[in-house]
Amino acid sequence: MLYREAGDFKTSYVKDSQTFPIKADRMAYFALLAVAFGVVPFLINDYWANAVFVPFLIYAIAAIGLNILTGYCGQVSLGTGGFMAVGAYAVYKLMTTFPDVPILIHVLLAGGVTAIVGVLFGLPSLRIKGFYLAVATLAAQFFLVWLFNKVPWFYNYSASGQITAPERTMFGIAVTGASTPAWAKYLFCLVILVALAWLARNLTRGMIGRKWMAIRDMDIAAEIIGVNPLTTKLSAFAVSSFFIGVSGALFFAVYLGAAEVGEAFGINKSFLILFMVIIGGLGSMFGSFAGAAFLVLLPVLLKNVLVGGLGWPTDLAAHIELMIVGGLIIVFLILEPHGLAQLWRVAKEKLRLWPFPH
Amino acid sequence: MPDQLLYAIEVSLNGLMAGIMYSLVALGFVLIFKASGIFNYAQGVLALFAALTLVGLQQGQIPFSHVINAIFGTDLHSFGWTLPSVVAIALTALVMVGMAWLIERLVLKHLVNQEPIILFMATIGLAYFLEGLGDVMWGADIKKLDVGLPQGINETIDAVTFNAFGYGFFIDNLDIIAAFVAAALVLSLTLFSQYTKYGRALRAVADDHQAALSVGISLRFIWVLVWSIAGFVALVAGIMWGSKSGVQFSLSLIALKALPVLMLGGFTSIPGAIVGGLIIGMGEKLFEFFAGPLIGGATENWFAYVLALLFLVFRPQGLFGEKIIERV
Repeated sequence: MLYREAGDFKTSYVKDSQTFPIKADRMAYFALLAVAFGVVPFLINDYWANAVFVPFLIYAIAAIGLNILTGYCGQVSLGTGGFMAVGAYAVYKLMTTFPDVPILIHVLLAGGVTAIVGVLFGLPSLRIKGFYLAVATLAAQFFLVWLFNKVPWFYNYSASGQITAPERTMFGIAVTGASTPAWAKYLFCLVILVALAWLARNLTRGMIGRKWMAIRDMDIAAEIIGVNPLTTKLSAFAVSSFFIGVSGALFFAVYLGAAEVGEAFGINKSFLILFMVIIGGLGSMFGSFAGAAFLVLLPVLLKNVLVGGLGWPTDLAAHIELMIVGGLIIVFLILEPHGLAQLWRVAKEKLRLWPFPH
Repeated sequence: MPDQLLYAIEVSLNGLMAGIMYSLVALGFVLIFKASGIFNYAQGVLALFAALTLVGLQQGQIPFSHVINAIFGTDLHSFGWTLPSVVAIALTALVMVGMAWLIERLVLKHLVNQEPIILFMATIGLAYFLEGLGDVMWGADIKKLDVGLPQGINETIDAVTFNAFGYGFFIDNLDIIAAFVAAALVLSLTLFSQYTKYGRALRAVADDHQAALSVGISLRFIWVLVWSIAGFVALVAGIMWGSKSGVQFSLSLIALKALPVLMLGGFTSIPGAIVGGLIIGMGEKLFEFFAGPLIGGATENWFAYVLALLFLVFRPQGLFGEKIIERV
């Protein structure tokens, strides 16, 4: 009754092609932004920021990045953890080498560095397809992690081999380092996420996004109608790696504060982000957010129930959590292989007809 | 002969032996990929699970004793008997067959006709689940697996080479046995798929699902069969790797070692898995020997992948894989 396009007249092409064509959607979107910017920062505390909000925002950036590559361009990548590590180490080197440059610029530059590395590792995608490519991207994962472990220049010859984020401020308020207030972490990540999500959304519905989708749906056919596979695939790798690099930089500088490459950016991180994209929905912006939220909240919830609620020992709870996560992934894939985004779409279709389904 | 050369020969021999161990895992991948087009990431965890079950049965542990103790406050640990290795292995093989049946029943049946990536993700979910299940069932501590395989340096080879070159080669008995087991496994798999009724059915399914269905082959039975065989291969790999380095979580990571072997050999070829394993094993040991000291060591983590990647650029379907033909 409330959710429908009737009466919402479009009088220009711009209005006709907007992201949220239905008025209720637009209002919900602006309301969500208003809550995210205007309400949450005043209520947030350290626990909520570190356990839920900041990881969600950062993983959402990474999931959007991987969704561009896997969901829109059809190139499966298992090197996400490695690319996040590139972002983290790039921002670390930039922060320590040029301490006076604003941190925001460093984060974006780290994304740029990752984009270059991503293009380099994307080159084999011109010859290799499908699972061979997925396994080939594992080369990036293992090689990059090894590189950051073995070359002391990357971690400034520190004795522990760890990298630690120094304190950097924006407008006089610390956003990295130990004394960062929870709301500053949250807002810094939120601003970057909103800007990048807006960028991704508009890239994917423009010419370049259509090229990506043409390559995904059938690369030979796309080539015949004049889509250049070289530039299209490599641009997908570049844009995707940029997003993943930014998220890696934030993950290290804002969220963790100190990181050891094998632990923070190992193969499990690659799988985690791929799960987010698949469970959320391939080729959907909403899906990237939904998948990230689902996989950030699930372990927190399970841990609270199993350890806090039932009082089981933590190691046993960790194993049961693993079983539940694995089981849920399978159940999810069986029930809805197109992810949370598809559920959302179906729900919206139903809502448009409600309460008169005929 | 100069010492350096002899040493390099020894390293490459050991590399070949390590390669066989990789091939044992890669074989399981190939079997499932051929028969169902599923890229089964859970193969390594299957090996871990098989090894855990084997040790548990052998030592008479009570399954789920951790959970029972946590819920009821009891203090159960073991039944108090030990099984002979042969019985334990047979029982574990049965468990793996049951597991294959369950996987088909609960997971694969519902995912027929889905895209390959969805099936791949499902096997990753399965890997997580089995990893958790293995730990919950048998406990997460490092276990020692001993089924009576000889270990340590092979004295005969050491003595013979010492007499011939003045330098004794170090070759592990276990590796030699692994080589024979791998050869026997490949031989029996080949005989099975060439000369038995079910082997022929299996090849038919691998060739064309729909054509196989139309001549009356039960796809579901074949899937249970092929997952059982893969489970058995995982058991063999689990025994070999478990005897070599103990049964613990890191055993499941051998799947990651088997992936470059698959890429190199081709996802669909059993000889490819063996040859790929040999090339990867020897390549990474030699690279570590010659270049490792120069660039900081521990190159084994990534060298195999980079080597496989270079091969793929020239032959996108791997050495022995079926040629990929694409039509619009």
